[in-house]
Amino acid sequence: MTFEEINNKAKSEWEALQKGTYILVGTATCGRAAGALDVVDAFNKELTRQGLEVPIIQVGCTGLCYADPLVVISKAGSLRVVYANVTPEIVPRLVEGYVAGDDPCLELALGTLEGGGGEAIYIPELPRFEHELRLILRRCGYIDPENINHYIANGGYSGLEKALKMSPEEIVGELKKSGLRGRGGAGFPTHRKWELCRKARSTPKYVICNADEGDPGAFMDRVVLESDPHQVIEGMIIAGHTIGAEQGYIYVRAEYPLAIERIQIALKQSGELRFLGDNILGSGFGFHIEIAAGAGAFVSGEETALIAAVEGKMSTPSPRPPYPAELGLWDKPTLLNNVKTFAYVPLIVKRGADWFASIGTEGSKGTAVFTLAGKVASAGLAEVPMGTTLRELIYDIGGGIAKDKQFKAVQIGGPSGGCLPETLLDIPIDYDSLREAGSMMGSGGMIVMDEDNCMVDAARFFLDFSTKESCGKCTMCRLGTLQMLHILEDITAGRGTIGDIDLLLALAEDVKIGSLCGLGKTAPNPVLTTLRYFRDEYEAHILEKRCPAKVCPNLTAYYILPDKCERSCEHCVLTCPTEAVKGEKGEIKFIDQEKCVNCGTCMDVCPPEYDAVIKLSPITELPTEDVAGKEKSIEQQAKQVA
Amino acid sequence: MITEEQASQAVAEILSSHKKEKKNLIPLLQEVQTSLGYLPQEALQKIAGFLEVPEVEIWGVATFYNQFRFVPLGKYHTRVCMGTACHLAGGKLILEALERELDIKVGETAEDGNFSLERVACIGCCMLAPVIVIRDKIYPKMTPFKVEEALIPYKQEPQGEKS
Repeated sequence: MTFEEINNKAKSEWEALQKGTYILVGTATCGRAAGALDVVDAFNKELTRQGLEVPIIQVGCTGLCYADPLVVISKAGSLRVVYANVTPEIVPRLVEGYVAGDDPCLELALGTLEGGGGEAIYIPELPRFEHELRLILRRCGYIDPENINHYIANGGYSGLEKALKMSPEEIVGELKKSGLRGRGGAGFPTHRKWELCRKARSTPKYVICNADEGDPGAFMDRVVLESDPHQVIEGMIIAGHTIGAEQGYIYVRAEYPLAIERIQIALKQSGELRFLGDNILGSGFGFHIEIAAGAGAFVSGEETALIAAVEGKMSTPSPRPPYPAELGLWDKPTLLNNVKTFAYVPLIVKRGADWFASIGTEGSKGTAVFTLAGKVASAGLAEVPMGTTLRELIYDIGGGIAKDKQFKAVQIGGPSGGCLPETLLDIPIDYDSLREAGSMMGSGGMIVMDEDNCMVDAARFFLDFSTKESCGKCTMCRLGTLQMLHILEDITAGRGTIGDIDLLLALAEDVKIGSLCGLGKTAPNPVLTTLRYFRDEYEAHILEKRCPAKVCPNLTAYYILPDKCERSCEHCVLTCPTEAVKGEKGEIKFIDQEKCVNCGTCMDVCPPEYDAVIKLSPITELPTEDVAGKEKSIEQQAKQVA
Repeated sequence: MITEEQASQAVAEILSSHKKEKKNLIPLLQEVQTSLGYLPQEALQKIAGFLEVPEVEIWGVATFYNQFRFVPLGKYHTRVCMGTACHLAGGKLILEALERELDIKVGETAEDGNFSLERVACIGCCMLAPVIVIRDKIYPKMTPFKVEEALIPYKQEPQGEKS
């Protein structure tokens, strides 16, 4: 079949679908966690019961993760209605109301995808979409990731068709003009990597897609692969054509089984239509892609370490140069890009470099995809033009801070990034501004922290992660980060001295200089930025033995206010896992500090009308007779650890 | 429980479906673990023999990656997410609660083989933080108290199959 024939067939399938009624259920990993598969079952049952034949399509994620499970009911000639937080219980109502009848059940809807829904929210007019510009997320959640025709009917593989008629030089030229920079975090100009590989004389050459998304709290690549995997495959094929490679690998972390499954299906379908294999679309060019499943190592995200992993070795980095573009996989020229970088390529080829370069800022072109999580009201995924400010992203798209709490910091770039304070919320999101502020773009994970989060504890958390994930090759990364971690543990446990701060700063510099790869070079960033912007919190821990956010267990104690305790209620006594809350029925309850493990259950269960449980820091704020108990408990725990 | 003989046969079958190339080491380890639930020493020896690579190198790779385990898992394998969002929402308290309730430390399997506990870096469900996963079921927005509740059905019916 020619591309035109394939395209026509896909379009007619898509148009036929639009002429009827169909149901979309978001079943990416995030949707599944919220119960989307139960919703699919409920629809199946209800449709069968009512004798209706309506397709249920399992799609990926629209990025509105806070609204999962998300369902869209589409009816020809009527509104497409989006329902949020759908439970199996309301499914019969939706089937009865809108699938079978004419009542769109707008009272249950998040909104509509078309205007004219009366009082229902018109989703494209939600505040978040004023800022969003969806390029690689535009199909996510609306097409079936397991049906290649949905992708083709929505513009898929037309970039490849065009690219095959272009010379490799022309494609590199377009990439250069587009200003595309790598979306893995470092922001290296994409065209330079491609040009180096293209010019390399040694053969065979390889293309590798880095889908080892290891940052805790980041899931953009997972969503792209689970929702619209073909765009990544198409980008890789164009890369193969450009640099002269015939073999590609997608390195996906094993923690993403659904992504792996959906890529496998996509590869198979792509091969059946001859977008992959020998003689692609009759061009004479052949390209094959295999999946390499990662086995769990954060350092594998670094390109030389990733190559070692594909070769079946321990995933440790090597010095650069030589760069993988010259000596990569099995010492052959290798082009390595992130999932999202490949996803932009078909668009740039098809719509032109000038169009892409018109989006974004002077130094950072196009859009950026971010995951918003943590203490933000509407967690999920967003795609915004480079240059959008952090404030717009957190407040307009993320809906601000949950539960009316006070914003404290935003952490960008995972364990390699930094924590930025409120005063920096108006900086534009681009590679250079973020780096200047001490953070980095990273792959796009953004975690929002509020007044209840301790910045010293956050720094300790990230360093603990880096220490565990250090591959051990470089001494400074292996032992330097460990020393830094011990210092932070001392500070959070109330054993810190003021000299520790200078020691941390000095060690941070040494770790940066003494490490070969990005993991070690950036591991001190969370410590450096928290010291830069939240030094007062470190000083409070060290000098006053006080944790301002009341998080660190050795510096914080739970206390029941005697005059607020209702006496006859026993919630706290009955739920305390260590039987630390005492007091007979009808008496004022109190906490045995020696037994308390700071789990906070008593505070959670104390009815809001009494609100009798509070946290105190420093622990000397406790009544004098309780302090000794708390100190004893700290001592015991220290002994246990030792 | 599978017998030693069955295990050895499973490993032999997996080996026969792969080419003798070093790049197949990680897929081999993954398939053996999927089949047996963990990597017994004998299996590693066989892989070393098959690939003609020193056994120490196989151990090096197997112990390098977080995915591989060398002891069998409990019947109700419990994973605690310790990603950033979960940490900020009190993930450590959840881990401590599980250790307390199950009376095992993270990384261990209980003596009766019912429970095992593992910490994982991030399962990518950050908006549901903090989460735990028992077998394949995700429990969202946990508190130490909800941990106790979640474990009740598994503790009561150690023989019953829970999905």
